[in-house]
Amino acid sequence: MAEVLVYVDHVDGAVRKPTLELLTLARRIGEPVAVHLGAGADTAAPVLAQHGAVKVLTADAPEFAEYLVAPKVDALQAAYDAVSPAAVLLPSSAEGKEIAARLAVRIGSGIITDAVDLEAGDEGPVATQSVFAASFTTKSRVSKGTPVITVKPNSAAPEAAPAAGTVEQLAVTVAESSKGTKIVSRTPRESTGRPELTEAAIVVSGGRGVNGAENFPVIEALADSLGAAVGASRAAVDAGWYPHTNQVGQTGKSVSPQLYIAAGISGAIQHRAGMQTSKTIVAINKDAEAPIFDLVDYGVVGDLFDVVPALTDEVKSRKG
Amino acid sequence: MSLRIVVCVKYVPDATGDRHFAEDLTVDRDDVDGLLSELDEYAVEQALQIKEANDDEAEITVLTVGPEDANDALRKALSMGADKAVHVEDDDLHGTDALGTSLVLAKAIEKTGYDLVVCGMASTDGTMGVLPALLAERLGVPQVTQLSEVSVADGKVTGRRDGDTASEQLEAALPAVVSVTDQSGEARYPSFKGIMAAKKKPVESLDLEDLDIEADEVGLEGSWTKVEEAAERPARTAGTIVEDKGDGAKQLAEFLAGQKFI
Repeated sequence: MAEVLVYVDHVDGAVRKPTLELLTLARRIGEPVAVHLGAGADTAAPVLAQHGAVKVLTADAPEFAEYLVAPKVDALQAAYDAVSPAAVLLPSSAEGKEIAARLAVRIGSGIITDAVDLEAGDEGPVATQSVFAASFTTKSRVSKGTPVITVKPNSAAPEAAPAAGTVEQLAVTVAESSKGTKIVSRTPRESTGRPELTEAAIVVSGGRGVNGAENFPVIEALADSLGAAVGASRAAVDAGWYPHTNQVGQTGKSVSPQLYIAAGISGAIQHRAGMQTSKTIVAINKDAEAPIFDLVDYGVVGDLFDVVPALTDEVKSRKG
Repeated sequence: MSLRIVVCVKYVPDATGDRHFAEDLTVDRDDVDGLLSELDEYAVEQALQIKEANDDEAEITVLTVGPEDANDALRKALSMGADKAVHVEDDDLHGTDALGTSLVLAKAIEKTGYDLVVCGMASTDGTMGVLPALLAERLGVPQVTQLSEVSVADGKVTGRRDGDTASEQLEAALPAVVSVTDQSGEARYPSFKGIMAAKKKPVESLDLEDLDIEADEVGLEGSWTKVEEAAERPARTAGTIVEDKGDGAKQLAEFLAGQKFI
């Protein structure tokens, strides 16, 4: 059976959920071979094996942390040369897409980004994408070379499928030309303790109606009661009420959770582009005419400062 | 020596319009007004600021690949303050995908001559966000991408890349490809003087032959990817909407419990 390379997104060996989703999708096309770069392969390998990785190719080099993107492309290319895979899958993170793009040029292959589903096809894997602010769904395939495809988080439910997961060292030589962009310093973000926005099963977002940074704790309290991530509309971010990393929309994150709760968000195209594919959508807004209500499964026309805290109390009491 | 800056811009269908696909499954450009991609305005702005910070010792060329109407995007960038423009236009380019476009842009950038290439973070139609990386790979120069802050001095570009897990300070020697995000600073509006001046600025037109690119390397046929189907997403079924008369939260909680969220 053909092998499929899966690029592992991890923090010191703690594998992030989108990688497990990639392994699940990879099994539809062939046998997943995971590529783990950096420290922590021993920690990651059992998790990757549990989700179907027949092999785990690993390499660690200081250059991965010292220079931007390009050294990782060298490593993934080495894995590509070693395996001759049927496809290469990466997570649709900013870095994942950049690595994918550069690999595609090097191996003379087409690239598809932001797939939300993947299936085997007669002429290679077929990727489903959600385009034009999620108003259209397309099916595409790579028609030249080995398909390089990046997949969005929450595109599949990770399935356990135990496989060997044999760890093999990958010989990587980082080219001088890959040391062009130096990472001079790195300041890790402080963890909020909440789930990652793009990976969360539930997202609670606040918009213009939240009316000030000092009011965002109202949104956070509801999110915490539900174990949800916190999002914000562009209006709220532009006003400086909430960090840009939490922005949901065309120029921020695009999320596809099981449940999306929009509080005080009117639902402009810019925002819809980032949340329209959520499974269940709920909105709370004062304005009954707000376009967000066209999308909802359940909407409450009312003041978010009444409804959201009361809902938080309801959730807490029901969860006991 | 004067710094040569090339800003890559894209002419896109207005995102607030009713965008759809043409029969050959390329983006329909006829029924929706086109404009300079909003995210590329940030690239033009940062190029202008880099020029200003370098005592105006820089020349900014805006570059686009696209149909005749894409000239509008160039004019907008020129009216913001760019010095000249290059428009790559050829009937054989219709349907070119990201890899093909990056090939055309790379050749045009090399022909124009550059020290710094500035791009936006993504287009507002394709939204792939891979062109800067593709260009860096093709040109064989450093990629300094997704910057919310950028500056150029002493033959070096530095900037801040705000990622999900960390904020990184980057540095590379020129020539380099940078991309800037919508956090890099609001783009200026063209002044009346700027709009008038733009009319006199040179726009060079290039076709595939000028760039030594064969027709079968680009276009729909030469594309590295193929769109097989495009379907409008079914409208979401109308949901329940209630007015909060004091028990809105309770009703909503009932709904969420019914859906097993609580």
